[in-house]
Amino acid sequence: MSDQGIGQRVKRREDVRFITGKGRYTDDINLPGQAYAVFVRSPHPRARIKTIDASAARKAPGVVGVFTGKDLAADGIGALPCGWLVKSKDGSDMKVPPRPPLAIETVNFVGEPYAVVIAETLGQARAAAALVETDFEELEPVVSLAEATAGPQIHEGIEANRCYDWELGDQAAVDAAFAKAAHVTKLEFANNRLIPNAIEPRAAVATYSAPTEEFTLYTTSQNPHLERLILAAFVNLAPEHKLRVISPDVGGGFGSKIFVYPEETAAAWAARRTNRPVKWTADRSEAFLSDAHGRDHLTTAELALDAAGTFLAMRVRTRANLGAYLSTFASSVPTYLYGTLLAGQYRTPAIHVEVEAVFTNTAPVDAYRGAGRPEATYVVERLVETAARETGVDPAELRRRNFIQPDQFPYETPVALVYDTGDYQASLEKALKQIDYAGFPARRKVSEAAGKRRGLGFSCYIEACGLAPSQLAIQLGAGVGLYESGEVRVNPTGSVTVFTGSHSHGQGHETTFAQIVSDKLGVPFESVEVVHGDTGRLEFGLGTYGSRSVAVGGSALIKASDKIIAKGKRIAAHMLESAPDDVDFDEGVFAVRKTNKSLTFGEVAFAAYVPANFPEDLEPGLSEKSFYDPKNFTFPAGCHIAEVEVDPETGVVVLVRFVAVDDFGEVINPMIVEGQVHGGIAQGVGQALLEHGIYDESGQLVTGSFMDYCMPRADDLPSFEVDTTVTPCTHNPLGVKGCGEAGAIGAPAAVMNAVTDALRVKDLAMPASPERVWRALQAA
Amino acid sequence: MKLSLTVNETAHELEVAPNALLVEIIRGDLGLTGTHVGCDTSQCGACTVEMDGRAVKSCTVLAGQAQDARVTTIEGLGAPGNLHPMQTAFQAHHALQCGFCTPGMIISAIDLVKRADGRLDEAAVREGLAGNLCRCTGYHNIVEAVLAAAGQM
Repeated sequence: MSDQGIGQRVKRREDVRFITGKGRYTDDINLPGQAYAVFVRSPHPRARIKTIDASAARKAPGVVGVFTGKDLAADGIGALPCGWLVKSKDGSDMKVPPRPPLAIETVNFVGEPYAVVIAETLGQARAAAALVETDFEELEPVVSLAEATAGPQIHEGIEANRCYDWELGDQAAVDAAFAKAAHVTKLEFANNRLIPNAIEPRAAVATYSAPTEEFTLYTTSQNPHLERLILAAFVNLAPEHKLRVISPDVGGGFGSKIFVYPEETAAAWAARRTNRPVKWTADRSEAFLSDAHGRDHLTTAELALDAAGTFLAMRVRTRANLGAYLSTFASSVPTYLYGTLLAGQYRTPAIHVEVEAVFTNTAPVDAYRGAGRPEATYVVERLVETAARETGVDPAELRRRNFIQPDQFPYETPVALVYDTGDYQASLEKALKQIDYAGFPARRKVSEAAGKRRGLGFSCYIEACGLAPSQLAIQLGAGVGLYESGEVRVNPTGSVTVFTGSHSHGQGHETTFAQIVSDKLGVPFESVEVVHGDTGRLEFGLGTYGSRSVAVGGSALIKASDKIIAKGKRIAAHMLESAPDDVDFDEGVFAVRKTNKSLTFGEVAFAAYVPANFPEDLEPGLSEKSFYDPKNFTFPAGCHIAEVEVDPETGVVVLVRFVAVDDFGEVINPMIVEGQVHGGIAQGVGQALLEHGIYDESGQLVTGSFMDYCMPRADDLPSFEVDTTVTPCTHNPLGVKGCGEAGAIGAPAAVMNAVTDALRVKDLAMPASPERVWRALQAA
Repeated sequence: MKLSLTVNETAHELEVAPNALLVEIIRGDLGLTGTHVGCDTSQCGACTVEMDGRAVKSCTVLAGQAQDARVTTIEGLGAPGNLHPMQTAFQAHHALQCGFCTPGMIISAIDLVKRADGRLDEAAVREGLAGNLCRCTGYHNIVEAVLAAAGQM
């Protein structure tokens, strides 16, 4: 095996440009003659737009144009769609309020754009935006999630602000199980609203060529083809073949850059309207107001156990906040990515979940790292830990009693998933050993002797990654397929250019995917180039979300490479005067079995493009594509353990240790996987201890900057102790499962289980701020 | 107003607006886009550059304050084949993912090592880098990289 193949800690090739300042992010791109866009945003959470007077703004120095939602509508620009149709339990379709890119009649959250100013310089655009005079009729907003259905109706025709009322599972079986339960654990909690905050703000640079009617849109997208598809098919910006979307280097996404937003839509349209390249870059304040937020659930959850501690049933009722409009995939997050995960790692035979999704006058809520699965894990793992405490069973032991066992796979859960493989106890035992579980009581004594409280908490999470298969998802309402494309183009000299429809914005695909193809084709790592993020260079792709890239995108490259090998065998057989079936391929050499005749990969590649005497049925060239559509989700799982120390005087929680033992199946690059886990844990710990997106009663976002929204900083976190166990995925050719979200999924429950253990309270709201912890201790 | 400053060993004479920020000069006038802007409240540190021997957040420095200053941005630190030990350590320890915070993080880290005068441990690195936000790495590998580079600077 090469030292840069699958399983090796290969240093990232993309780092060279990033550590020398040569990355090329959207805001780094400047086009000749470009003008700058600044959006005029609603100061009100809910208001009717009576008049917009842009006359002063239009006369301001440097202004190229001022445009409103009516201008876009008059030009045929349509509403931004939601890509997943969820049905309510009564069979009715979810309610979809129209979301014009720029608001036309009403504004429905603070920060919603309703006009755009285009000017020669950014300063001039900003100054002119302040001159747009708008007469609003303020309307009573709906801010509280708890009271959303009783509030004024936000959107015409959408009663009780309810988008859908969805359910999954066998309610009768659950009710029967609860009726005979020896113990019921019940919790009511919120899953706090988070604001993703990739450090690169969203941005767009758009240009339009009038003679060819072609757009080029550089934008901070996790999935440029999806952006193009939506802008072409639904928004009517341009025909798909006249629109090129390029996602250059993208500075983090965490889900928030999956979606199609008003700003890049309006900027691209304005490029055509003004016949100028148009650039827009969000400042951080705009990002806080207008990026899709995450989470924001209110949940009542119950777990029924028998006298032996066996889980009998689970009942979950959740109200999910969608914000003011349906963002691109918002509807799927609290349903198919949440309810389906409530079995966790356990054999709970009956589960029923109801999810009521509602609109409020807040920023749209959509997928954020983990997307539904952190919320599900929080429900399951807070319930299990609490049940253990209430019944006096060790929390590790209670989990052992209820784990799905290795010999029970494939395992069909009562909430519609079929787990293909796993070994949950293996990760638990490894994590227990790592944290020195037996030594915890002694560590607690040491803390207590120093006047501190110490707690330990578990989270045995499961996630479903690599959403699939397309057929099932489309039946369930998805508006897109869930495959991924890959192309392996062998150049005449034997080097390889790989095209992947998956997108890298920090995940290191340029390295990982080169390892995969290098390993598979036996060509040097340095000879494999990876191209992504440009609809002009790739056939199609669905981008990066849901920890899918290696499981789905990497598998597509394996399938395409298989085709390369198959064709290479035919070429080699022709050249070596043998039959293709007699040619073996190994480590970059085509060899005729039981002979000494062989050709290198490079020789075959050259012959493919300099085809001497090829038979009629053998085409020249060596380039193959694959669209890989997985048969099932993958199911990464693991055990996270948090240990915290609390100062009762100040309420400050210090995360002392965090152990994560994850089963991601096979691992392509352990260094990159560990990095993904670290980052996910930091975001999960952020949710548990620091982060909270808060609107005040009047509907203003009070956590609208890094001064008010508490991002995890280096001194808030310990070093993490991460390890893996391996049960290879059974249905993709790499045996991989995905690692991008595990930390964010597992960590919140582990940390809150540790905090509540330290405080000896049943529950505490996230984030466990010093104030909340201090108050809880005073009340205890 | 006129501004004279030296950036990455190159002297510049520029005509700038009185309210221009140093980061705007660096990214705009000089086209050095390795220095990034991640916030508007001086909280994230993505715009950190070295000015007259100290790390500064260039979004919080008026261009006029940089009169006659010597500024080093990430582009002036080292190029492939001749990298600064901190750049090498960031790659070796996988201390970056999306790369957006990286230039500011590297400049801050170098400043931290210089000021620490050989007395750096994990806690000091964590405290010293608290002015630079990273959303990708969880800081784990950044801390490792800084400690490793500190031994080689």
